[in-house]
Amino acid sequence: MKHLKSINQKAHRIEGMLQNDVVALQQGPGTGPHVPLGCSFVFSPGWEVDSNGGTAGLCQPVERDLFDCHITCFWPAHVPDLYNHAPDWTAKCASAQKDWRKIDLVFP
Amino acid sequence: MMLRRGEYHAFSGADARYLYLVPSAGVVELDDVSHAVLETLATGDKTANDLAESLGSRWSGEEIRSSIDELLGVRAIHSVIAPPVTPPPVKSKRSIPLQTLVLNVTSKCNLSCGYCYEYGEDRIVESTTKPRFMDEATARQSVDFMFAESGDSPSVNLTFFGGETLLNFKMLKSSLAYARQKGEELGKQVSASLTTNATLLREEIVDWFIENDVGVTVSIDGAREQQDKFRVFSNGMGSYDIILPRIKDLLARHKRRPVGARVTLTGQNLDVASIYHHLFEEIGFWEVGFAPVTTSWQREYAIEDEGFRSLLSGFQSLADDYLKAALAGKRHGFSNVRDTLEEIHKGMSKSHPCGAGFGLLGVPTDGDVALCYRCAGSDSHKLGSVFIGVDHAAQATFLETHHIDNKTDCSTCWARPLCAGGCYHEAHTRYGTTTQPNLHYCEWIRAWTNTCLEVYGTLAAKRPDFLEHL
Repeated sequence: MKHLKSINQKAHRIEGMLQNDVVALQQGPGTGPHVPLGCSFVFSPGWEVDSNGGTAGLCQPVERDLFDCHITCFWPAHVPDLYNHAPDWTAKCASAQKDWRKIDLVFP
Repeated sequence: MMLRRGEYHAFSGADARYLYLVPSAGVVELDDVSHAVLETLATGDKTANDLAESLGSRWSGEEIRSSIDELLGVRAIHSVIAPPVTPPPVKSKRSIPLQTLVLNVTSKCNLSCGYCYEYGEDRIVESTTKPRFMDEATARQSVDFMFAESGDSPSVNLTFFGGETLLNFKMLKSSLAYARQKGEELGKQVSASLTTNATLLREEIVDWFIENDVGVTVSIDGAREQQDKFRVFSNGMGSYDIILPRIKDLLARHKRRPVGARVTLTGQNLDVASIYHHLFEEIGFWEVGFAPVTTSWQREYAIEDEGFRSLLSGFQSLADDYLKAALAGKRHGFSNVRDTLEEIHKGMSKSHPCGAGFGLLGVPTDGDVALCYRCAGSDSHKLGSVFIGVDHAAQATFLETHHIDNKTDCSTCWARPLCAGGCYHEAHTRYGTTTQPNLHYCEWIRAWTNTCLEVYGTLAAKRPDFLEHL
């Protein structure tokens, strides 16, 4: 490191870990599980992953993501455009938890 | 990407600026750019472009960006939408090798110190239901247990404690001889140590210390007036005049292992400078360690808020003496600062405040296995027995419930890598439960940890060679 100087033994070990040669889709050091990111300024508890980095312990089902991506944040590529081209896209899905299988692909 | 300051404690030493990173416990020195980046982020979240713009008059964009990268790398800063992932706590392994077994060879004591946690008003052990002395069979079984639990570890430490340890000198001799013999058979090194009040030291005992390389710690509270305030015989007579010649003889003859003094501080005995001077300079102990008395708050010897403040300034000025001595290449015996420097240098980030319950176990006179020597004999802190082994399920549950991640109060404290909530026994005495962090001394611990970090930083700047010997 050029700007920071490792002083204690732990800092030297951290510095050693930072010398990764291949880094992809990551921010910060390449350790730990990959966690999908985004939209966390919207307060939707359980939106992303549970405390173990998985989805089993979420307080909302992962299918809830469909609506979070769709309605509360700008992420148009992942879900159909409800306002112009596919207004009935989720018409059969009253409750995402139970009816998510009824949401089908949309072809332009 | 919006950037935000992460969790760290900034401190300085000599003219250098440092960060103590939390929770990794790494210590890094900052250059001017990195310092400016962090200062700018103190006013609020910023993007890398904002930072480059506001600091652009002083450094090139490239300099600023590489500094940001490094700060991101060590997690001194993080992206607002991508706070650092805290990995789920690692489940403790089923069997953790035992390093230190503390045998409470007797619960009896020939002194009646007013603040004693074993017999005083805050006791957790009902000594009357247990044998007063550990018998031969239990001691041998404890030694066997120690080796069995030590796993692949090439060495084990057998520590004797009491009551007054030397009241059962016969047992010390036979159990250490047995442990050494067994250690030889198994190819394991056995080191031995004990704590005593020094009233019963005599030539034969010191000879045994020397022959067997026994590390000795003496419980002593300072000069005559300080010692005799609480450390008295049952008839109220002070113990200072009895122990002084014995300690001098011990120090003159026992040169194989350093002999340390261990001081209990009370509301009535807080002058650490004079205590240290007497024990280190005048009596000649190798080192002096201090610990505030463990007590519930309402006891008359408890240390009040004002007392903790004066204790802190006493510790700080003694730490300053330590620093001056270290810079001059001299040895100083204030062990509290030395121990903390060692932990800082290694970068210890503790999951639990001490080794109690895994690396260290205590055995009371009846052969039960307890969390530590302070809890030995208390049925509610039992983790098995030397006859049937450790209750691994109880041990795992204990370690899980006492993990730092389960101490919500500690989760925002920068000193948690070193403190981890503090002594279980202290917490039990104060709050009635070992799971509770010791919130009554948080401010104190943070101020003291900061002092130790400043000593560390100054040594890192001026005498880096000193740190290599920690």
